[in-house]
Order: sequence, then C-alpha cells, then structure tokens
Amino acid sequence: MSLDSVAGTPAPAALSVWPRLEQLLPLISKPIQYVGGERGSVVKDWDATTVRWALMYPDAYEVGLPNQGVQILYEVLNEQPDVLAERTYAVWPDLEALLREHGVPQFTLEAHRPVGAFDLFGISFATELGYTNLLNALSLAGIPLSAADRSMEHPVVVAGGHAAFNPEPIADFIDAAVLGDGEEAVLEITDIVRAWKAEGCPGGRDELLLRLARTESIYVPRFYDVQYLPDGRIQRVVPNRPDVPFRVRKRTTMDLDAWPYPKKPLVPLAETVHERYAVEIFRGCTRGCRFCQAGMITRPVRERSITTVGQMVREGLEFSGFDEVGLLSLSSADHSEIGDICSGLAQQYEGSNVSLSLPSTRVDAFNITLAEELSRNGRRTGLTFAPEGGSERIRKVINKMVSEEDLIRTVVTAYTHGWRQVKLYFMCGLPTETDDDVLQIARLAHEVIKAGRAATGSRDIRCTVSIGGFVPKPHTPFQWVAMCPPEVIDDRLRQLKAAINADRGLGRAIGYRYHDGQPSLIEGLLSRGDRRVGAVIRRAWESGGRFDGWSEHFSYTRWVEAAAQTLPPQGVDLDWYTVRERDEHEVLPWDHLDSGLDKEWLWQDWRDSLAEYEQDDCRWTPCFDCGVCPSMDTAIQIGPTGVKLLPLTPVSARSAAEQAPQSGTTGGPVSASLRVPTP
Amino acid sequence: MSRKPQPERNQAPVVQRIRIRYAKRGPMRFSSHRDFARAFERAILRAGVPIAYSQGFSPHPKVSYASAAPTGVASEAEYLEIGLRAPVEPAALVAALDAALPPGLDVLDAVDASVAGSASLAERVEASAWRVELVGVGVDDLRSAVTAFLAASEIPVERLTKQGRRTVDARGAVLRMTASESASTAPYGVSVAPCAILDLVVRQVTPTVRPDDVLSGLRVVADLTLPVPPRATRLAQGTLTAQSEIVDPLAVDRGEGVTGVPST
Repeated sequence: MSLDSVAGTPAPAALSVWPRLEQLLPLISKPIQYVGGERGSVVKDWDATTVRWALMYPDAYEVGLPNQGVQILYEVLNEQPDVLAERTYAVWPDLEALLREHGVPQFTLEAHRPVGAFDLFGISFATELGYTNLLNALSLAGIPLSAADRSMEHPVVVAGGHAAFNPEPIADFIDAAVLGDGEEAVLEITDIVRAWKAEGCPGGRDELLLRLARTESIYVPRFYDVQYLPDGRIQRVVPNRPDVPFRVRKRTTMDLDAWPYPKKPLVPLAETVHERYAVEIFRGCTRGCRFCQAGMITRPVRERSITTVGQMVREGLEFSGFDEVGLLSLSSADHSEIGDICSGLAQQYEGSNVSLSLPSTRVDAFNITLAEELSRNGRRTGLTFAPEGGSERIRKVINKMVSEEDLIRTVVTAYTHGWRQVKLYFMCGLPTETDDDVLQIARLAHEVIKAGRAATGSRDIRCTVSIGGFVPKPHTPFQWVAMCPPEVIDDRLRQLKAAINADRGLGRAIGYRYHDGQPSLIEGLLSRGDRRVGAVIRRAWESGGRFDGWSEHFSYTRWVEAAAQTLPPQGVDLDWYTVRERDEHEVLPWDHLDSGLDKEWLWQDWRDSLAEYEQDDCRWTPCFDCGVCPSMDTAIQIGPTGVKLLPLTPVSARSAAEQAPQSGTTGGPVSASLRVPTP
Repeated sequence: MSRKPQPERNQAPVVQRIRIRYAKRGPMRFSSHRDFARAFERAILRAGVPIAYSQGFSPHPKVSYASAAPTGVASEAEYLEIGLRAPVEPAALVAALDAALPPGLDVLDAVDASVAGSASLAERVEASAWRVELVGVGVDDLRSAVTAFLAASEIPVERLTKQGRRTVDARGAVLRMTASESASTAPYGVSVAPCAILDLVVRQVTPTVRPDDVLSGLRVVADLTLPVPPRATRLAQGTLTAQSEIVDPLAVDRGEGVTGVPST
C-alpha cells in the first residue's frame, strides 16, 4: 500500500506513514476508519501537483466523514489537475497514544501522508467544541501550536466553517480564516499559493499571508493588534500593516446551480452518523430566529433549482449506492418549490428502496403533507418540530413565530396521518427566560398528548421533548446577552421533568431528553471569546481535553480550572465572558469581521426582542434592512422556476429481466443487465 | 430497482441463488464484517443487481454470509450467497460487483447455486487454510515452537470476548502446521528484520479457533513472542479431503451449473 514506489522518490516529508501505521492498527478499535480507500476518495501523485491541501473536520471519522463542507471543498479542489487534497480526522485516544509512542505523525487517509508535509492545512469548524481537537492534530502533526512559531516548512493553517466568524479564540493557532462560503475561496487561496510558489516563494511565509490578507476576504489574525481598556473590554482592533483591510468580508457563493457539489460523495466503509446522499436545496435563511447564528451569517437566501436538485440526487445515488437522500437546508419546507421537489422525487423513487428525508422543517401542516409524500415508499422517517420556546412570550422574544394552536394542530395532524411519535425540540437558558417559560413546555406536551388521543381515539401516541442549551453566538441579535448560569438551567430542567410527570397518565406518553447546562457555558465562552481565551483552550488541551463535543469526553472541571488558571492574570474570568451582558457600544471581538449584518440593526432587533416584537421574513415581506444584501452586493435568489421533475427513464434491460420467463432455476440466457460502475 | 417493499408480502420471489467468493486484501483487511456487509449492499444497488428482499416492514436484501474472517485478517477465500428476483450471468455479476466495491474488497468468483437440495455454504465449510507472516521472528525459533505445539494434545488459551475471558483449546482444531522462511520482502517494509511464515490448516469448530488463538498457543508452549503484530491471511476454506486438503466449496455448484439449459 505504500505509495513510495509508485511516486518514485518524493520529497522525504511526503513519505507514506502506512508501513508504520499498519503495525498499530491491529491494536486499536475500529481500525477501518484510518484506512481510507472510500468510494469518492481521490489519490493523486504528490509530485505531479503544485498546491497540496490537507482538509480536516476536527472530530472523529464517524462524525467528520459525512460533513458536507469538507466533502464539497475536497471535490472542488481535486477537480483541479495540479491540486491535491487529502482528508484527516481526529484520532481517538487509543490511536493517539500509539502514534505518540511510535513517533507517527497525524496523517491523511488517502495516501497516509504526514499532515505537516502539505502546503495548506484547512480545518472546518461547525462548532467551537472542536478547538482542542485542532490543537491535538497540530501537535500530532509536528506543527508548532503558535502560528508565530511556524516557518516555511510548515503548512499554512486555515480555519473555516461557521465558528470561523469569530476565530479570535484560536487566533494564535491559525494563520488565516475564511468567513462564509468556501467553494470559491479555496480556489482563490489555491491560486495565490500557486502563483507565490511559481515565483519561488518570495518574501517567505509572511509575504504569502499578506497576499491572502489583501483579498479582503481572508482574515490573517497576525496582521491585527487588539488593544484593551483597563476594565478588560476591547478598545479597538487595528491592522498593524499598511494595505491590510480594516474589516474582512465574508464570501457568498451566489449561484448554487453552478456549484452542484458533492457530485461524487464519499461513501464510508466504517459506520458513520449519516449514511445518505445529502443535497443542500438552499443556503441561507431569513426567518430571523434571533438565537440562530447559521440563519444570520448565511444570508441571503439562495435556492438551488428543482432541476439541479433532481439531477444531483439521481447522480449522487448512482455514484454512491446510498439508499437514503437528505434534502438539507436551514428550513427545508421554505424552498419555493419544495412541494414539487418532494412529489417529483417521491414519484421517481417510488417502488425502490430509496428513502427521502427532509430535516429542519417548520411547524405547520404543509410539512406533514411533504412528509407523507416522502414516505410513499413506506419508510416513514421521524417527524421533528422545533417550537424552541415553551411559552408564547418566549417564542416572541426569540422570533419563532409559532402559536400554541398551530403547534397542537400540526402535531395532531401528524398523529391522525399515522405518525405515532413526534419529537419536539426546545431550548433552555434563553434571554429573559423564567421558570414559568420552561414549565410551559410540560403543559404544551400534555396538551399535545390530550389532543392527539382525542383525535385518534388511541392511547398509542407519544411525543419526545428534547431540550438543548441556548448558547449566544456572534453576529446574532443575542450577541450581547448574559448567559444563564448552569445551575439555573439544571434546576429548570429538573422542575420541567417533575412537571411532565406530574400527570402520570400523560407523562407516560412523553419522553424527555436534555443536556446539562455546563457544556453550553463552555461553548458560550468559546463562541464569544477573544484572543485571551486562546490560553484557556491551550491549557484545556494540555490537561487532556479532546473531543469536547462528546459528553463522555467533555470535562467541565477541566475547562473551569483552565479558565481559572489563565484568565485572571489577563484581568478577566469565565463569568466575564459568559454571564455578563454587553452594552451597545462595547467593541465585540468580531466587530472587524463583516458578516454583512448591520450592527445597529442587530442591536435594534435585540431591543425588539425585549419588547416581544416579531420580525417577518423578508422573502415574503418588505426588506427590514439587516444590511446583508447592500453591503455584500447580493440579493435573495428564489424561485419558483415552474419546472417539474420528470419520471426517471426506466432501465429497459431491467424491466426486460423482470418480465423474462422465469422457468427453471438455472440462469438462462435472458439475464438482467448490470451496470458496471466506473470508478 | 426493486419491488415496492410495502405492503407486506409483496416482495418478488427468489428465482436464482448465486454464491460468491471474494477477497479482503491489503488495508481493507481492517474492515469488519459489518463494514463489508454495508459496502456489499451498496455495491448491489450501484451495480443494479436485481436483489430479492425479505418480507416485512423493514425489507432486507437477501444476502447470507459464510464464516467471516476476523477484523484485521486478510482473506482470499470469503463466501456469501445472494437471492435474486431475476436471473443474471454469474460472470457479469462478478465484473459489476467488483467494479462497484472499493479496491481491496475484490469479487473473485460467482456460481449459480439454484439447484434445490444442494448443501448450504455453511455445510461446505469444514476447515480453513491460513498463512501468518511473523515479522521479527526467526524461522528456527518458529520451527521449534511448531514442534512443541504439535507434540501437545491440548493447549488451553485465553481469549478476550465481549462476554469476558474465555478459554479455548488451540491445539485440537489444528490439522496441519508448518514453518518456513519468508521468500518475499518483509510485509511492513522492514527489510532487515527476519520474517517467518506459519502455514495452518484449522478445522471449523465451535467456538472457532482463529490464527490469534494458535499464536497464543505458540506463546504458551514455546514462549514465542511477536515484536510486531502478525499479518494473517485466509488462503482457502471449504470441505476437507482425507489428506487434509481443502476443496473449493463452489466446485460442486460449478459442476452442476454448467448443465443449465437455455429457457427461451
């Protein structure tokens, strides 16, 4: 398997670690996750390429492999003839110990090359809880943790993903961050690196980073100085170089039909959390839920056309052999042609064992029509509704416009249409929340069960109440709020459990799932932190922090201790970052990073939230001036196109085989024709 | 691609059974049996194989597997059987499935096994031949260990299972055991190290005796230690002759299969 002989005499740094890794794999669990060779993966000749990327999703393979962002960038990059992209994921502690013991570095899956040998190391952060895994990967790769200590021999470390909209807590560890859509950004970075290398790497690493910064859409933290006020707040963030922009703008890929990726999805051998072909049907959301960072930073709404969606599904399934399709977006039922997409796909795949699912749906009866359409095949996926807040009042605060009447009617419709179980998702710890707002969740769940039993005449219906902790995020109207202390959240969750079970007859039909308040507090520290929080992350990693998104690996004590050791010497503490409310004029750590949202509009929306004023969706009502379209020179792009999906051409040979006389049990000359898939 | 799974009892019947031999090679030896099964079922869909499904609310493709090699052990001789709702040419099936599977999971052979009353695959698997490469072990050390092993009548060894520790006899099932020197380059690319080869023929018993158990046995009787993990490959499995030779379990089906008469 070693590619050494294939590649001739490559640079020693790019030698495969496979011969050494192979000896360690029999000693660990689930070795297949480190082997590569998945369908859709690409192995290229190192020496035949000029720009080489290692891409990482900083979690275990089973979580990281299905990640859409990494799959899209991987394919976009490898389509370039002179570009090589390979993937790496966080290694579990059993392998980490062996890698350290035997001096084997962090490696890529394709050709098992050391991550340190690549030109660029790109990491996609969906959540801030992956930061310790970044440090661990850097350490295993032999790349200095501090960007300042890196030299020409080390990769340029580039962060992306939603968490990159405030990369300040990891500013010391990364060389650059890309805000927004990555498809075009990775190609632009590649072009810059290619040109710089062709010129003989003039000016070294510093010059390369300067060229990246000059694009005005790639953030290079080292070119900015942060100055603090005596009370610990930020005074200002200013460039320390001429011709580096004061603000760095996010990237927006406008025409999703021009970027129909993934075309060749990765098909894992190991078991992963999502085994399906996923296609984004639109990007962005303007529903304006005030807690939702994704909805705020991905504006405007850009739809993928029904035609492209249909084509991607057909080709993606043929390529992968997956038997499940996920139609992804932040609010899938809002696509202007979602009805035609669902009925068209349902018709095309009727009679096959392919199942279709529509996650992230809104609370209304239309959603049930769609779900019914998608379950024509008989495989009924679960229904989840997200009212997010238990009381009418708190739903106005967060701008989740669902009335109690609508919710009950929707869930009852689901029951009468044959669903026996629905899941209801709520948050706890929201701004202005009282005990009563949370206890209303119990009342709502009781009403749902009562109404469902009355409508169906059956006691065989259930609902699951699932509670997540609210974490205030940058670039949202809640970026200024004080977090709720974990003790308060845990107490409310206890009260809620008691309230659900107060009526045993109803409580029996209600499942209850929740997360403790502690991890949310740490996520809150990391999401709204500034550069001083880097010391906390480093200390947490040094004291063993890994896989912080996994409850069995997360240690609240470790983080609290790391914060207590590193923040007070810098004049701040954990509470200062989490349970402190910011005022209107405080300079926020991410103010120099431009998501397009007007800060004054965000502040007004926060004030509106306190007044329980609901903000409509600008797709169907006039613009409310959030600022994104004019400042980014973008516009809402939605249908309808009026096009319908046509039935798939039946495979004639197959139907011939179905109709063939089936006399005798030996295979006669009339055989079903098979597809010989191309690699 | 297949008939509608619902309502119940609406799946097309099986009209042809095909037995397949496949290999798990190189890095793909680290796939578990479950990993292989998922990859194989996807390959069936991608290749457009007219697979039959089981009845019920959650229909499953008709695939049954004969005893699978353990995770981490390579194999040149794994077997499975599929049920089809339309007949296919076995040779075309080999090509289509092999192209649909990742390199290293290789489909080698397929025969029509539709003849009623023929013995099941499991009934035809009486023994396996294994080759184990022992890097860092001198052939003389291995030879004396083999001699000691064969001289014993019973060698209890401990194995860690999901249910806890379990003792098995590593000796009884071993029909043949030989030591030789590696002729090829060392498997881990460590050319300086000696490398001995252990060849085994092991009878299929319950509980299964695996190469690991035999190596534990060598440690018990002769204190044979391995500086690096061994690399094992199943070379064959099938019925046993009186001379402890293994016969391909598909041979019988192949003999009967060629008599098939075109039906149209």
